[in-house]
Amino acid sequence: MPIGLHERYSHELRGGLNLPNTIYQHQYDNGLTLLAEPMDWLESAAFTMMVSAGCRYDPLELPGLANFSCEMIQRGAGSRSSRQFVEDLELLGVDHSASVSNAHASYGGAMLADNLVESLRIFADLFLCPLLPAEQLEEGRLVCLQELWSVDDDLAQQVMNNIRLCLYPDPLGRSIHGSEASLRTISSEDIGEFFRSTYVPAGATLSVAGRFEWSQLRDVVGELFAGWERRDLPSIVESDEPARSCHTNHDSSQTHIVVAYPSVPYSDPDFFQARGAVGVLSDGMSSRLFTEVREKRGLCYTVFARTHSLRDRGAVVSYAGTSTERAQETMDVLVAELLRLADGIEQSELDRLKARIKSGLIMQQESCRARSAAIAVDWYHLDRVQTLDELGRIIDELSCESINKYLAEHPPGNFATATLGQQELEVPIGIS
Amino acid sequence: MEFREYRLDNGLEIVAECNPLAQSASFAFFVKTGARDETTELSGVSHFLEHMVFKGTPSRSAADVNRELDEMGSDANAYTSEESTVYYSTVLPEYQGPTVELLSDIMRPSLRDDDFATEKKVIIEEIYKYEDQPPFGAHEKCMAAYFGQHPLARNILGSVESVNALTPESMRSYFECRYSPGNIVLAAAGRVDFAELVKTVEQSCGHWERCETPRVTPATSGQSSFQVLHKENATQEYAVQIAAGPAANDADRIAARVMATIVGDDSGSRMFWDLIETGCAEYAGMGTYEFQGTGIFMTYLCCGPEQLQTNLERLVSLQRDVEQDGVTEDELARAKSKICSHIVLGSERPSNRMFSVGSNWIQRGQYYTVKDIVEQYRAITRQDVAAILERYPLTVNTTLAVGPLTDVSAPV
Repeated sequence: MPIGLHERYSHELRGGLNLPNTIYQHQYDNGLTLLAEPMDWLESAAFTMMVSAGCRYDPLELPGLANFSCEMIQRGAGSRSSRQFVEDLELLGVDHSASVSNAHASYGGAMLADNLVESLRIFADLFLCPLLPAEQLEEGRLVCLQELWSVDDDLAQQVMNNIRLCLYPDPLGRSIHGSEASLRTISSEDIGEFFRSTYVPAGATLSVAGRFEWSQLRDVVGELFAGWERRDLPSIVESDEPARSCHTNHDSSQTHIVVAYPSVPYSDPDFFQARGAVGVLSDGMSSRLFTEVREKRGLCYTVFARTHSLRDRGAVVSYAGTSTERAQETMDVLVAELLRLADGIEQSELDRLKARIKSGLIMQQESCRARSAAIAVDWYHLDRVQTLDELGRIIDELSCESINKYLAEHPPGNFATATLGQQELEVPIGIS
Repeated sequence: MEFREYRLDNGLEIVAECNPLAQSASFAFFVKTGARDETTELSGVSHFLEHMVFKGTPSRSAADVNRELDEMGSDANAYTSEESTVYYSTVLPEYQGPTVELLSDIMRPSLRDDDFATEKKVIIEEIYKYEDQPPFGAHEKCMAAYFGQHPLARNILGSVESVNALTPESMRSYFECRYSPGNIVLAAAGRVDFAELVKTVEQSCGHWERCETPRVTPATSGQSSFQVLHKENATQEYAVQIAAGPAANDADRIAARVMATIVGDDSGSRMFWDLIETGCAEYAGMGTYEFQGTGIFMTYLCCGPEQLQTNLERLVSLQRDVEQDGVTEDELARAKSKICSHIVLGSERPSNRMFSVGSNWIQRGQYYTVKDIVEQYRAITRQDVAAILERYPLTVNTTLAVGPLTDVSAPV
């Protein structure tokens, strides 16, 4: 039975906004953490199980193993075949999904609140007793190959995959799909071994948001996952720093341009200063990139910048897609806007950004799915969860002075670039 | 939860589902105009106009519009379809007044020549963007092949040539004909103050002059054909298949959606088990599209080129099976459960309710509560599904493939 930490965060309600301020958390003996945010005004609930089984744990010679394993894990568990697993979830009206990232494998579901416990019962088997059916290995292999081939046709995703390779050392820059040669050699034993070593409760988080009864949820989860054996996660070894730029030739209509620079991670006390600066660049239709690149010059349809964070390091990644003959001009304008950030932001820009973020925080209360994913991400980066109320305070406290001080100390620079298109672009002065 | 409606003297309708407990409020102008209302010369004008609407009015510059939307913290955007152009904004309830005033103002845009020239470049970049993206125009090309001379054959974006040929004058006269108040519905949902809403709209839109906005809605005689388009630098092969389906105002559209879920949903459908789970295809799925006067089932398939031929044969055999034997009680129960749960979960966001209320109003002139909608699905029987398959056989269709292949045979 579960024993251990049971804590409830609580803050004074903020004047005016009244954002939710309760998070339950519980850590079980085997290391599994349960996080839960009550949203009693909803009829629904959602959960996210996040395990440290992302592609950074792929053995060097077997890229794609984490994704292949995730595919096989969903092919039946406990007493349920692959088909029974999906059909039982459908009868409960569970909208479910699974995905792999560099760090994690995530399994989630959203449903009417009354079906939460029953859905968790079905999902728990995936982590404790997946069938990993050898007779379906070839089908699973084909699924992964199809996904890999499809990335060849998704140019924007390719260029985003490439920028991660330019920003982070291996295995932190890897993408999940692996290589055809590797996917063709992965065996049932490889998958079984990957499952045993990475699908462990240490570092695993089950987050729930929506309508639930906390003590019942805590006890049921404890009972369901009691047999999940405690084991340590494998460690990873980082390679040397990667090359900072890459170009892929492609006979495409548009050139896809990504420019990125190192920034602070989510866990850094200055993260929201960096996030504020990126908001001025890219949040909303009055943001700098939208105004300068699209509205004034008509250079592209899509342009944006966003923060990207690992646990111990981060980056700002910007993207624009434009036709070949205007690609160089687009790159130049994009970089000029990134560099101009160092001169600081204006009060009116910050006011608009705060209005947008606050309204976004309030609207997060309308979706248990968004909250269950967000609290899992918080836990991973911070070892704690920020309530919406706490986030509201952080945003309130941002000022032009604080952001400009941060920008003066951390001017955008040391750029990495990834491009894809008919012609390689000249990297503007100041980029190395 | 209360439904309210109001009609201005000039014909503009306001419909709202008011929920005093909601956290936000969502508003949209639904203009009943889109690609189907264009001529060959004007192809792409509805969508281009949608962009131009954000470019300012006599009292606001484009930068003012963007700035004010952001100052209200609004989640605002617009889209264009075959038969409507929709401008929406979701905000905290205290911004109802300024948001509705702003949306109303931009519905009477200046359409300035210099903005037109700059935005044309953005539209052309948008066309290029989709040219590079799977399924590489297969959707539009299959619509054109299926609908033939019918107005629904038109491409929403238009082509680089047609957009280049558009002039500010041609856009202005299209605007005058189509953005008449009688052709526009303002839909709202969430924490809406209806009395205030009517007041704002009367003030901002009451003076708009009305004109006739005819639309032709001929019946379709969908074409049956099979085409392959070669795209050398694609890796995967993409196929789109269109078969006839119920129209937006046909009662059997609900049964059609249930049938499409059983046969072609993303997960747990017959296509999922036969094509995706087996690794035969990266994606295979089917959905319904309903228009005024006609409708379609659209199937989408993506797979390695060498698998296309056998996958098309698998599809035919799957379609024949369901046409001959219908669906099982278990399949029906699962599909209903999945659909109803999806509807209830989605309804928790006022913006989703606003789109539902607005679409139902412009398509059918009806308001349905979430409970009404769920009950409509719960009532579907196996016989209803069988009737759909008899009326709209999936095996009679137009198929179009795009990818590295040059030679594919129509499956028999």
